[in-house]
Amino acid sequence: MALKTTQRQRAEILEQVCDIPAQKPWSGIVKKGQTIRIEDTLGQQAIDTIFYCADDYTERYSSQDTLRAQGSAYITTGSKVMSTEGRVMLSVTADTSGRHDTSAGCCSCESNTVRFGHDTLYQHACRENFILELGRYGMTKRDIVANINFFMNVPISANGAMTVDDGISSPGDHVEMRAEMDVLCVISNCPQINNPCNGFDPTPIRVVIEG
Amino acid sequence: MHIHRTTEQIVADRQRYEEHQRIGLAFSPKTPATPSMRPAPDPEAGSLATLRSVPGGWYTTLRLAKGEVLRLSPQGPVSAVALAAWSANDTTERMNLPDTVKLQWTTELKKGRVVFSDMGRVMLSIVEDSSGAHDALTGGSTPATVAQYGDPNLRNTRDNMVLAAAKLGLDRRDLMPLLNLFAPVRVDAKGQFEWHGGMIGDGDWVELRAEMDLAVALSNCPHPLDPCAGDVPAPLEVTKFKAVPVPPDDLCRTATAEAQRGFENNAKAEG
Repeated sequence: MALKTTQRQRAEILEQVCDIPAQKPWSGIVKKGQTIRIEDTLGQQAIDTIFYCADDYTERYSSQDTLRAQGSAYITTGSKVMSTEGRVMLSVTADTSGRHDTSAGCCSCESNTVRFGHDTLYQHACRENFILELGRYGMTKRDIVANINFFMNVPISANGAMTVDDGISSPGDHVEMRAEMDVLCVISNCPQINNPCNGFDPTPIRVVIEG
Repeated sequence: MHIHRTTEQIVADRQRYEEHQRIGLAFSPKTPATPSMRPAPDPEAGSLATLRSVPGGWYTTLRLAKGEVLRLSPQGPVSAVALAAWSANDTTERMNLPDTVKLQWTTELKKGRVVFSDMGRVMLSIVEDSSGAHDALTGGSTPATVAQYGDPNLRNTRDNMVLAAAKLGLDRRDLMPLLNLFAPVRVDAKGQFEWHGGMIGDGDWVELRAEMDLAVALSNCPHPLDPCAGDVPAPLEVTKFKAVPVPPDDLCRTATAEAQRGFENNAKAEG
């Protein structure tokens, strides 16, 4: 009996390991009670992430509800990832990096022209990744909401000044979240090369879903 | 897969970014214009297009043609105004506050600043503003934030916005992070949000100029971080002014390199 129990426990602790190439999107389901670990494999890589309620995609991540509910401007251990309907989607249970942005959104071809000049229009961007990945679920540009930027360092000063600074994550840094409902996780492994959010050199990342 | 970039490419991109950053941040802490005087002046003869009053706790929707100016004037205490905006011609193009604060290197949106859409175009210019006390980060009230006050009649911005979207033919998929006007939320050195109530007062007003044809939703509820958020707010006066020609040296169109490129994107889309 003891052996059987061990085997069953081992079988229950399944790990799905997903390696996401530089600049590419990814999506997957995280069931209630499972843990998702997002790993910045080589360091200084922004990982743009949106969550949708798996049963009803019209309920989705809300950056403003998340920040207001916790009373502070960055995401880290203890943060509750909130939905547009005020429900907890995931709880951040571990964070080896320190803090993560959810106010600066994802890059797009169009916003790149405003930030960096019109010659950056034809560069790959997170919004392109999101549109393509969401299309697999019947969603469109309309469904892109303000996202979490894991491992992106965006300090906000008391005078309101806001800037994307050099990433503070080291190779292997990771954040872990326990799903409090079944969620669809959609990621863009950020391809930006015009600011330091990826060290000007986008790299592969890893996602591990456990439980 | 990892497409390695050369050291020369990285150095060149970093130099370019740091130049953008230097200019953007050097400008950021400065107020590009003095705040507008309280209270708002009486409308000039013939300038008025429409005028309406939104009761405390309620919402309204309206259309703005390019060039028209929207004046928002709370008529008493604890009124904060949550704003959502869509391009009237394509409602999948909508206000994008993350881009708005990132592109302008500041979370302090006030006179002289602009509001961007998700398409790198300017939707609104903040042409008049008495307080400079607005919040782009923490959103409006919700059923959960008003539940603590125990008054079942208290309305909230989330439900107001779902209703307003419906009246524009939209639904909750179309709601975006909201701009909260007259909501003095600031971030302290530790990253905590603070309510700076002294920044707002009687007679505050803003004027927003539409830079494209827009559908707009407004909710008149207290901001959830306001210590008086359980109170019923005063009515909100909503005035629409007719479009007038915009001079070449217009503050919002010329204040920053980013705003100039945004308006260049507007011109391309129109052309």
